[in-house]
Amino acid sequence: MSAFLTSSRISGAEIAKELAFFAVIALMMSVMILGVETVDRPTGLELAVRWDLVLTAIVSTMIGRLALIMRRENMSRIGQAVLITLAAIAVFEMFVRFRELDDRWAHPVILDMASSSITSVIVALAFIGIIFTIAYFSKKTAVAEADTAPKLGAKIQLAYRSNTKKIGALGIAFFVIFPFLFGENRSAIDLATLVMIYIMLGWGLNIVVGLAGLLDLGYVAFYAVGAYSYALLSQNFDLSFWLCLPLAGIFAASFGIILGFPVLRLRGDYLAIVTLGFGEIIRVILINWYDLTGGPDGISSIERPSFFGFADFSRRVPEGNIGFNELFGLEYSSMHRLIFLYYLILVLALVTSFVTTRLRKLPIGRAWEALREDEIACRSLGINPTNTKLSAFAIGAMFGGFAGAFFATRQGFISPESFTFLESAVILAIVVLGGMGSQIGVVLAAIVMIGFPEMFRELAEYRMLIFGAGMVAIMLWRPRGLLSFRDPTILLNMSTKDKVAGEVK
Amino acid sequence: MSMLKIEGVHTFYGNIEALRGIDMEVNEGEIVTLIGANGAGKTTLLMTCCGAPQASKGRILFEGQDISRMPTHEICHLGIQQSPEGRRIFPRMSVYENLQMGASTQDPKYFDQDLEMVFDLFPRLKERITQRAGTMSGGEQQMLAIGRALMGRPRLLLLDEPSLGIAPLVVKQIFETIKQINREKKVTVFLVEQNAFHALKLAHRGYVMVNGNITLSGTGAELLANPEVRAAYLEGGH
Repeated sequence: MSAFLTSSRISGAEIAKELAFFAVIALMMSVMILGVETVDRPTGLELAVRWDLVLTAIVSTMIGRLALIMRRENMSRIGQAVLITLAAIAVFEMFVRFRELDDRWAHPVILDMASSSITSVIVALAFIGIIFTIAYFSKKTAVAEADTAPKLGAKIQLAYRSNTKKIGALGIAFFVIFPFLFGENRSAIDLATLVMIYIMLGWGLNIVVGLAGLLDLGYVAFYAVGAYSYALLSQNFDLSFWLCLPLAGIFAASFGIILGFPVLRLRGDYLAIVTLGFGEIIRVILINWYDLTGGPDGISSIERPSFFGFADFSRRVPEGNIGFNELFGLEYSSMHRLIFLYYLILVLALVTSFVTTRLRKLPIGRAWEALREDEIACRSLGINPTNTKLSAFAIGAMFGGFAGAFFATRQGFISPESFTFLESAVILAIVVLGGMGSQIGVVLAAIVMIGFPEMFRELAEYRMLIFGAGMVAIMLWRPRGLLSFRDPTILLNMSTKDKVAGEVK
Repeated sequence: MSMLKIEGVHTFYGNIEALRGIDMEVNEGEIVTLIGANGAGKTTLLMTCCGAPQASKGRILFEGQDISRMPTHEICHLGIQQSPEGRRIFPRMSVYENLQMGASTQDPKYFDQDLEMVFDLFPRLKERITQRAGTMSGGEQQMLAIGRALMGRPRLLLLDEPSLGIAPLVVKQIFETIKQINREKKVTVFLVEQNAFHALKLAHRGYVMVNGNITLSGTGAELLANPEVRAAYLEGGH
């Protein structure tokens, strides 16, 4: 290591050791991901080794680490900025090579790219300039941020917690006028409906996981029960959606109780495993009970909901019925049905949320929360843990069942493939990401988890990369979820604002 | 008459016999204390009275009714409430919500009156009413645990080491309040303690437990004067 690197606090040998350590880590991480690729040759698929990529990865890691060491030790700022810029260029080079290049030992690609035209030279210089400037000036702001960040966080928290109701009302208002804003945009309505389904599922699971503290990895089972109950009832008995909706909820709730009984004595990890198994059992039954469920073929042409039994949404209205457009004197549009479905799920979701917030204030809701905190204390206060847990399972499952019935009627086709473990995991992730027990948190998390990946579909696999990075960031900075504050349900002679302000300090 | 009567109770944890035939009784209106070293089985006895774990032999009678086979939550409905070892308050719920939980076996019509009674006994809790229980000091948490138990309108109050990990001054205050609860609210108290000096001074009668057996019993003053008790639990301490 050159002399300018050695400071009073760290010796050249230590720096070399640290760099070597990170080089090894970079090697281990890059060798399988970047270093090996399959190539389609006339003789068949072959493995090709891309040492150039691995090398670039290691070099950029080492340069970047060196810059971080210098930053840590408060050494030459110019040096830091140069190194960071170099690391950024190396990373860029690595990506370009990874995407574009087959030739393994070609010259650095970015040189060719940059020198190909005057514009590209300017762009490249601007790129380097921007990174250099950011790297050079970022130290000061970083220190300033460390000072203000906690205060800012507290301010946001105070603002959120003292205005929860207003934020909720604003959110509801936005979702209510949403179709008027995007009325003609079919994909926007579709996406909003999808997000809304997950919001509802999140709110339902929130009762079980967030309030009662029972980790349920098989929530999708109730979603499936609801969907299949509606599909089968409507196909076999010709019942209307409006009759089947409560039935689907009741079926799902009774499955919740069936699941609840055997798992009453389990807690934590063990409970999670059993519920996971339950979710899979339901799915496997759906696949194998061919006579009833149609197995892997699923159930198709499920009846669409009518306008509360008064009017029909289809273009060719069956004999004796009246079309929705005729009823309101409108021109026929296929959007009517979609917007109606959107409002339907919106109402269902709002009912879920309303019931949950009401329940939280009732003895049963408080018993759920107390059970989550301390089961032994609950028992010794005279709360029957059996009934409390079962009611949480049943009510959570019921909302899952409603959502399932809605899903079936919206899709018109269901098969066991829609109810895999991945769905459970996504719903659970929404609850955890939103902050256990937080209603608005679930909405935010559903938009982040479902809305964003759908919106940025063009980014293809990169969105999963960003998604992963986002999850890591949340684990680091908000490990208890986006909105992880629990406010008491009752405040005496004190506004929420004063209360929160007292606690935030 | 005896309010709580324990007759030949044996309790096992797996193969380990934690209680080896306990006989004792708590009369109505008394404060009875049970002292003993770590691991003697004091907490086990108290928890056995609450049905968790259940006694494998023997009977526990509460006002003449055998409760040794009843589930915990039903025992609470009979009028036994406890402040468990380590307090076990609900840390993320507010003080008010904790007290509400305590009243869950009771008719809501008593709630306001009982709340006032608890706040009279522990004015500190009133100041902290909206605070998260887990953010309070150990002494305040203990007050909350006792207050929460009182919200269930008990006739028999079981207290498990209310002095555990609390500043001496606060311990004194809490023991004063226990006396007050017993005298003014007519609540019978069964107190399990390691702090033998304070407990025996407070109690009408006391029992000494060693390795799952009751070895000594007598009035509080007798036990305080007993040379064995002095040697084992009091010397070198206070």
